[in-house]
Amino acid sequence: MNIPKKLLYTSEHEWIKVDGERGHIGITDYAQHHLGDIVFVELPEIGEEVAMGESMGVIESVKAVATLFSPAGGRVIEVNDELEEAPELLNEDPYGNWIAIVELSTSDDLDKLMSAEEYTAFCANLD
Amino acid sequence: MKYTPNPQSVVEEMLQTIGLKSLDELFSDIKAEVKVQNALNLSEGMGEMEIRRRMKDLAARNLTTEDYPCFLGAGAYDHYIPAALEQLLLRSEFYTAYTPYQPEISQGILQSIFEYQTMICKLTGMEVANASMYDGGSALAEACNLACTSSKGRKKVIISDTVHPEYLDILKAYSLSGRMEVVLIPGKDGAADIDTMIKAIDSETACAVIQQPNFYGILEEAEALEKAVHENKSMFIMAVEPISLALLKSPAEWGADIAVGEGQPLGNSLSMGGPYLGFFAARKDLMRKIPGRIVGQTKDLDGKRAYVLTLQAREQHIRREKAGSNICSNEALCALAASMYLTFVGEKGLKDIAVRCHQLAVYAQQQLEQVGMKLKFNKPYFMEFAVKVNDPGAANRKLLENGIIGGYELDGALLLAFTEKRTREEIDQLVAVLGGK
Amino acid sequence: MSKLIFERHIKDSNSFTLPPLAVPAADISDSIPRQFLRNQHIALPEVSEVEAVRHFTELSTRAYGVDSGFYPLGSCTMKYNPKINEWASRLPGLAGLHPYQPEETIQGALQIYYEMQEMLSEITGMDGFSLQPAAGAHGEMAGVMTIKAYHQNRQDHQRTKMMVPDSAHGTNPATANMVGFEVIEVESNNRGLVDLDDLRGKMNEQVAGLMLTNPNTLGLFEEEIHEIAAIVHEGGGLLYYDGANLNGVMGIARPGDMGFDVIHVNLHKTFGTPHGAGGPGSGPVGVKSILLDFLPRPVAVKKGDTYAFDYDMPLSIGKVKNFYGNFGVIVKAYVYIKALGAEGIKQACQHAVLNANYLRHQLRDNYNIPLDRLCKHEFIANSKRQANQNHVSTMDIAKRLIDYGYHPPTIYFPLIVSEAMMFEPTETESKERLDEFIEAMRAIAREAEEEPELVTNAPHNAVIRRVDEVTAARKPVVKWEAP
Repeated sequence: MNIPKKLLYTSEHEWIKVDGERGHIGITDYAQHHLGDIVFVELPEIGEEVAMGESMGVIESVKAVATLFSPAGGRVIEVNDELEEAPELLNEDPYGNWIAIVELSTSDDLDKLMSAEEYTAFCANLD
Repeated sequence: MKYTPNPQSVVEEMLQTIGLKSLDELFSDIKAEVKVQNALNLSEGMGEMEIRRRMKDLAARNLTTEDYPCFLGAGAYDHYIPAALEQLLLRSEFYTAYTPYQPEISQGILQSIFEYQTMICKLTGMEVANASMYDGGSALAEACNLACTSSKGRKKVIISDTVHPEYLDILKAYSLSGRMEVVLIPGKDGAADIDTMIKAIDSETACAVIQQPNFYGILEEAEALEKAVHENKSMFIMAVEPISLALLKSPAEWGADIAVGEGQPLGNSLSMGGPYLGFFAARKDLMRKIPGRIVGQTKDLDGKRAYVLTLQAREQHIRREKAGSNICSNEALCALAASMYLTFVGEKGLKDIAVRCHQLAVYAQQQLEQVGMKLKFNKPYFMEFAVKVNDPGAANRKLLENGIIGGYELDGALLLAFTEKRTREEIDQLVAVLGGK
Repeated sequence: MSKLIFERHIKDSNSFTLPPLAVPAADISDSIPRQFLRNQHIALPEVSEVEAVRHFTELSTRAYGVDSGFYPLGSCTMKYNPKINEWASRLPGLAGLHPYQPEETIQGALQIYYEMQEMLSEITGMDGFSLQPAAGAHGEMAGVMTIKAYHQNRQDHQRTKMMVPDSAHGTNPATANMVGFEVIEVESNNRGLVDLDDLRGKMNEQVAGLMLTNPNTLGLFEEEIHEIAAIVHEGGGLLYYDGANLNGVMGIARPGDMGFDVIHVNLHKTFGTPHGAGGPGSGPVGVKSILLDFLPRPVAVKKGDTYAFDYDMPLSIGKVKNFYGNFGVIVKAYVYIKALGAEGIKQACQHAVLNANYLRHQLRDNYNIPLDRLCKHEFIANSKRQANQNHVSTMDIAKRLIDYGYHPPTIYFPLIVSEAMMFEPTETESKERLDEFIEAMRAIAREAEEEPELVTNAPHNAVIRRVDEVTAARKPVVKWEAP
């Protein structure tokens, strides 16, 4: 299981890469593995305000569906359109392909997320 | 009759194999207080001959459109059904199959649904269609539900009361969910009051709905409404009649986002109101949100063309409480009848039928007017119109006495439908009875 | 490769004709203004009658019904569909009725409606039925709507939640959501039954009711059903019975006596009407007296010797379907119940349960059966042994069954059992059929051990091999396009 060090993680298997006031958001290797072949990604709308833990999109595989919850509160400023045509990118490289970029409203939310070490332990407990 | 093939001796052998002494022991996990103490209060079983007699007796207590010419329409139409279709529907591989979950042994059914979807797209001009819904009314309610749930909190459904009253009743029941707020706009002179509908559109409006032709058979002028709805980023939903589409502008041409309708006229018998099918077609970008089953084309491991139920992540068995609808079946056999119908009559045949229905209606109007009767609404219609009568109930009784199933009773009028099955003699007789002093 | 009907198009080959026009040939453009007329070409296929008949006949040869062979699809009750039922539903005196005919001209049909309502009430122990819903999920929706209307009518507006067990069919939570309830999941205990403590903990004044299938989706009877009913009723909620598994108790125990307030039944499962490759079905909804006022309208009533539809139901939820439901299906189920009678209904259930227990017993040496005890009409096995040994999955076993000429069981459901295979043989299978099927299942277990590729690459004898569902969902092609 690939869990990069510099990212922060949620218990719903999203990651966020924080760069100043912006956060790139995606799903983890664990998530893509358990969903199987991803067939569709419903992206959030640019300009949408999301709270931490709020639904911001949907990821579908053939036999499963998962809600994408925002790891932190903020405003969506960019979405990865490439996923509309090629959802399989999330299977191929879940950390190389972000889903949305959020302008963070506060850094407080980030304190509640897991580090790579914590997330590794969290996943180990699940299987 | 019994349809349990194992005789008592075999039953005992099986019980012995599993280590039980009696059939009762199979139910030892059910507490006595819950069990049926005496036999159910039902009649004794019947053999086939008794059943035939009883069912023939019951059928004989009805007066059927096979015997009497029928001028009733109002959402269910007495069209001709080709003989080949009736025969083919008795192929039991079709009618005794379940939903085609296992594509390898269900290719025939999956292909038939794929063909049906294609034909519905062709008729409506829309880009995608599902495998069918329960009927026209529930398909419309689901369309409105989709408009509301996919428009982020918008709840208003602006709908004309010239839509079929039963569809409105169904919409009301579906709106118990609290996700839809039905805004009913009274019609004017038998047609939708487009100006008032447009004025009712606001930031809360998810969709506006009309039926074409409407419940009174009249053609709705939909252009201005479509424009206003789309300027407001709401959806334009149309309930349409499939045979009329051979002649009339398609919902796609009107600019509809979702088109639904009652598919019964396409090869399904009247059958006292069901089973029928609802068709549901939409713009391509709504494909992943539409309710119901969808069949898609794909390939098998050898690269051979194959069909499969697809986009299942929309559906209840995967999405459970987050599913857009709870529907998990379609009316596959009725949909098969519909695609067979369209195949057997063909494009020219369908157009001939539509034209014939209209011509017979026009003839009836002329004849009725010649004997001094008047239409309730003077507007263009397709194959159905309302003619003024003083006492619709009495008029219908008189028609029945003369061997005619009359029309749908409106306030001071009868709504009459003319299918290609009606003859000049039948219409002349209708006119003679209605126009007689 | 089978051609699509569109690929059989030959211009001018269709010779469908109407009788000669006997009225003046009115010009359409005189009576319908141009803005209403269609410009778009439809492009339906033109095919001769004989070629069309061959096309649809050929499609039927690539389908599999109960008449083709054993169909142990769990939770679907794929019993034999008696042919006399088909005959009856096609009688011109029934199939040729317009729904808006005057009531005096449809007395026979109304009698069928009325008697059907009465018979279903007797079989299920309810006080009244509406035959309007078109399918099981549709009946569920109508039933849950009556629960909502009941609470609203009592001004009890805080009941916004519906409880559903974790073993439930997906339609239950989806239905609750469709009617605007928030879903609360109730856990199953290690015996596969509702966890009473969990239920007690979750029942409160915000809960409108509990939706339950009994026997449940594991094929097990909820033994503590009276206690479950008491917990829900004492908390002010109502108990909903999903009739999907009624075949496992009909004639033996009645949902009404178990404490259920509202129920739907599937005429296409329990009462022998065919599934039609996905419909039409029929899902009548029945209720106890407290809910009668809320049923979809109209219901059939008897006044003296005549029958009528009663629309005078001011508290009714309205309608869920045009007209009065799937009459043609109702006729078939009516004939079925009349044919079986009280004794036959009970016997059908007994034999269904016997067949299920026999099958379970005979498969246990070769397959893991997670809850291996007395079941009702169905049971769950899984592929745990085969998976551990050679990575042979439930999907593989299902596909291999196709090679042996069987329809596979329901797979990967219920969700609380991994790699589930749900078998429901029904009462209309003979021991010989079951034994042949058991032999096939044992042969597949052997193959999984000795030649696993044979199973993992199955099917080999079907008209196609496994399909690419991923591409189908990623790049959907949902209609034919002219090349």
